[in-house]
Amino acid sequence: MTLIELSTLDLALSAVLVLVLAILSLRLSLGIERQLLIASLRTVVQLFLLGLVLKFLFVQSHPLLIALLALFMLFVAGYEVLARQQRRFRGVWGMGVGTLSMFISSFTVTLLALTIIIQAEPWYSVQYLIPLLGMLLGNTMSGVAISLDHLTHNAWQQRQQIEARLILGQSWEEAIRELRRSALRSGMIPIINAMAAAGVVSLPGMMTGQILAGAPPFEASKYQILIMLLIAAGTGFGAMAAVWIGSKHLFDERERLRLDRLSTARE
Amino acid sequence: MGSLTLKQFRSPLLEPIDLQITAGECITLSGPSGSGKSRLLRALADLEPHQGEAWFDDREMYSFSAPAWRREVGLLPAESAWWAERVGDHFPRPDPSLMALLDLSADAMQWEVSRLSSGERQRLALVRLLCNRPGVLLLDEPTANLDQQNIDRVEGLISDWRRNQSVAVFWVTHDPDQQRRVGDRMWQIADGRLRVLA
Repeated sequence: MTLIELSTLDLALSAVLVLVLAILSLRLSLGIERQLLIASLRTVVQLFLLGLVLKFLFVQSHPLLIALLALFMLFVAGYEVLARQQRRFRGVWGMGVGTLSMFISSFTVTLLALTIIIQAEPWYSVQYLIPLLGMLLGNTMSGVAISLDHLTHNAWQQRQQIEARLILGQSWEEAIRELRRSALRSGMIPIINAMAAAGVVSLPGMMTGQILAGAPPFEASKYQILIMLLIAAGTGFGAMAAVWIGSKHLFDERERLRLDRLSTARE
Repeated sequence: MGSLTLKQFRSPLLEPIDLQITAGECITLSGPSGSGKSRLLRALADLEPHQGEAWFDDREMYSFSAPAWRREVGLLPAESAWWAERVGDHFPRPDPSLMALLDLSADAMQWEVSRLSSGERQRLALVRLLCNRPGVLLLDEPTANLDQQNIDRVEGLISDWRRNQSVAVFWVTHDPDQQRRVGDRMWQIADGRLRVLA
């Protein structure tokens, strides 16, 4: 089994489908054609660039260059988390909470997987590091973004309830306990659902890719299992870190609810 | 047992305040809406940043942890908030005798919060606060949603309570008659300053 190479025409044909969808959206005034086209364009450009960068790194695998790429990915993920917040933390906290949480979870889990589980040689080998980190970051990013948005949105909505609890002498942690729990839960649900449906309803992307590339299906499924479990752990730790740091920053040293640390709602 | 002393206390919108409410005393506070009354009470409960000093008896605010301070200096906001479905979940230590004094049935603990009338909410919020046995009461229009009979009950309860328990009371109200009925001293906010009304 060998990989069938895709021609430009092949890609263009798939793009036509999206174009048709955009035209349909325009005719039905669904209002998503602009976002759809921009996102599609981003996908094309970003993935082409990534392909080129990886091609270069495969030849020129200097650890420093790989570290730079990893950091670049982290900051873009941090920015994406920020962009998905309806109410952001003001100042460095806006980018900081999400980026730090993803750094703690994704980088640790990736490092663990590379050194202890996969034992690639060297451990920072581009072929393993970048795809692994990319998948972890991508999923952790969603979990962190959803959890943080949930937390800040609900804290804003339930300000009176939270303050009522503070007034009666509860600590900030008691006053925000339920919000933390539900924020964490909503960040974790997508990966839990994905794991439950994996292999039965959906054929996960990475396994599909390996099979297309000619890997033995059973090996591909083992890799997919590994990735799924790593993603679940990474997303969970990332969301936990984000909710913990974020909820702590919602209160000051006198345990006052400080919603003035959030920006006004967007959209 | 508790008194409240303010030394150059600055809350949003207001000039620095020097004031003492002795144990068992009630001071009423009136003033146009938006003049900073509620924010003053919130700052006194340490819910908002502020400057200057507030003392409970002979201890300064910052010598308490924030939750401990709020248990001693109990705020009743104008609008009560409830975080659980059942009324009883908001009462770690329910006090049936207090409930009876405000004409609330002992079954109220089983009720759903969403079914409460605004008057029931207001009375239950007062009971909930008093169950904490605070040494100072900060009341933000505690009878605004009540009929005359219940206004009398609340006024009677607070009046007995502050004398029996030697609690200092800071009572925000717009009603001039109520100010005379409940207040030992009456204060007013005008142009960002606290003034003696009578």
